[in-house]
Amino acid sequence: MTRPTRVQLFVTCLVDRFYPSVGHAVVAVLERQGLDVSVPMDQTCCGQPAFNGGFTDDARRMARHTVDVLSASPDPVVVPSGSCADMIVHRYPELLADDAAYAARARDLAARTFEFTQFLVDVLHVSPAAEPDGPRLAYHASCHGLRGLGLVEQPRQLLRAVAGDRCTDLPGAGICCGFGGLFAVKLAGISAAMLASKIEAIAESGADAVVATDVSCLMHIGGGLHRRGSRVRPLHVAEILAGTRHD
Amino acid sequence: MTEASARFHRSVAEALADPHLRQALDRTTGRLAGGLAKAFATIPDAGALRDTARRIRAHTIAHLDQHLDQFERAATARGCHVHWAPTAADATRLVVDIARARGVSLAVKSKSMVTEEIELNAALGAAGVRVVESDLGEFVVQLADDRPSHIIAPIVHMSRDDVARLFEDKLGARPDEVADIPAITAFARRTLRQEFLQAGMGISGVNLAVADTGSLCLVTNEGNGRLTTTLPRVHVAVMGLERIVPTAADLGVVLQLLARSATGQALSVYTNIITGPRRPATSDGPGEPDGPDELHIVVVDNGRSRLLGGELAEILYCVRCGACLNICPVYHHIGGHAYGGVYPGPVGSVVSPGLMGLDEWSELPHASSLCGACRDVCPVRIDLPRLLLNLRAQTVAARMGPAWLRIAMPLYAAIATRPVLYRWLGSLAARLSRMMGHDGWLDRLPGPLSAWTTERDFPVPAPRSFVQEHHAHAPRAGGCE
Repeated sequence: MTRPTRVQLFVTCLVDRFYPSVGHAVVAVLERQGLDVSVPMDQTCCGQPAFNGGFTDDARRMARHTVDVLSASPDPVVVPSGSCADMIVHRYPELLADDAAYAARARDLAARTFEFTQFLVDVLHVSPAAEPDGPRLAYHASCHGLRGLGLVEQPRQLLRAVAGDRCTDLPGAGICCGFGGLFAVKLAGISAAMLASKIEAIAESGADAVVATDVSCLMHIGGGLHRRGSRVRPLHVAEILAGTRHD
Repeated sequence: MTEASARFHRSVAEALADPHLRQALDRTTGRLAGGLAKAFATIPDAGALRDTARRIRAHTIAHLDQHLDQFERAATARGCHVHWAPTAADATRLVVDIARARGVSLAVKSKSMVTEEIELNAALGAAGVRVVESDLGEFVVQLADDRPSHIIAPIVHMSRDDVARLFEDKLGARPDEVADIPAITAFARRTLRQEFLQAGMGISGVNLAVADTGSLCLVTNEGNGRLTTTLPRVHVAVMGLERIVPTAADLGVVLQLLARSATGQALSVYTNIITGPRRPATSDGPGEPDGPDELHIVVVDNGRSRLLGGELAEILYCVRCGACLNICPVYHHIGGHAYGGVYPGPVGSVVSPGLMGLDEWSELPHASSLCGACRDVCPVRIDLPRLLLNLRAQTVAARMGPAWLRIAMPLYAAIATRPVLYRWLGSLAARLSRMMGHDGWLDRLPGPLSAWTTERDFPVPAPRSFVQEHHAHAPRAGGCE
């Protein structure tokens, strides 16, 4: 697509409520690219918890709401989460396929929705400047971004540009951290065992911070790190790019 | 919670508390998954091969009735007896009748998941036929009165020492006879050889059957399959009705993927293609100079045909390679037994409820983080997460699962579609949780959410949401206020 001048930010419910600093970092990075960023006031949750739980009708209601909110403007939509972007890009068109009033709008929205790092690399062709100093970073590849949207190179490319050799992949970077939404509550024991493996990998990496594209994984990993008294910080890739990680 | 659900959660908890199991799984699933990656690196366009294999399987399943008819005609023309078994009980009765009519008292069996599914050993045992498993792993499972915990590596949950002790206890092996894995294998071989020579019947599964030639393909790594299907006078092959490929060329495509996905081999050590029993040459064909006198093929439905044409039909593409088990982080932590059924892992979480209904198996579709690793590794690209989601939706429609969630989720959807209420309740929840938190964290969540905080903390929400802050600081940027 041609380079846009305006974008809408769908910030995701978890960033909105738990990590507003990540939202501000995303805005800062996008504005630095000369974009006019709008934040639709009535955005809520993309409906993924309902969809993944099997509550299809509830997911559909939330999908319709989000389609309404993000269709008031034709501008591209940036989502700082691989799983929420995957929900809009791949699941909305299926969920609303038989809905005469929404099917076409869902497809249109899917076509102009991008995960944050995907938008920076594939649409804006951003190459951030290197920073000589900073924490050692270990990258965790969130599942739905990696396998749903194919985010293999985009986040790594951005992180390598900023942090160079200070950024490495976690051992088993693409193995799920065990969050899985309601899975973490419904099968908490399995989820916690998966988290324990992830935290072992983080310790093994020797990094100061674990970086991902999704705050859902970071909330899970961060909750496990905090319970263990670890000093390793969970950071969203936008915080690295905005240079706000020392806040 | 139903009794079946409680049983599942108990077996998960037991598996998670077993460090021995974890070590065994670490060792084997890691080796198998690593082998797969290496084996696929040796073929130029693995993606295209997967696409081809998927098309073959999809086409076969879409026209299964025609392929099965063709297979029956071709196999019958080559001297096989083809039997149709609508249910597990029909299948076991057919095999028991064949054994009885021929006075069989001992049968040897090569590895077969479908015979586990129909519980054939128990049925034959009850009819006075002793069955000896001849695959080393299955032999150990039988000796230990255990169940296989993996589709292709049945004793992935056991260590070498476990097997050595078992052979000492059950077979009177001396310590030097079970000192290492080659010794254990040699001991098993000596024990099994006598059984092979005396057995009146060999029972096998079928990896794939070729419709246009009526051939059966069996892959093994131990050679036991070859003895089982050639030495005894009668060979009974039991197959799920979906295990068909149209032609030998199609078989070639799927086999390249099967061995790589299962064990990281380019091809299994023994690839047997069996086309009819021993028979003299006739004007129709060259005949077959060796093999059993009789070859019976029992085609088992047992719930499979119900899936045809439905949203779960894709699971019938499965070639039972086990790759989705090896890559699955859930399987990695709980092993196969915790799943409860014959087929564990992601594929089992679809197959068990798919074939046997959700009443007893409603938990399995939820036992996944939907990470998608299984979909990526599947040689025929089965979209396992989508099938799990479909089953989850069925559990919700049937009002299964936690009652609190059936109230909470529609309520959450109602709030999330009312933005003013959503923002107001969000702020209220943030204020309340800040009163209960310490240093930005909650170490105990209320009600069912307390499962989160058993082993991890939960962040306290921010006092003001991003959207609220953004619009307070930068109203110019708010397009929709």
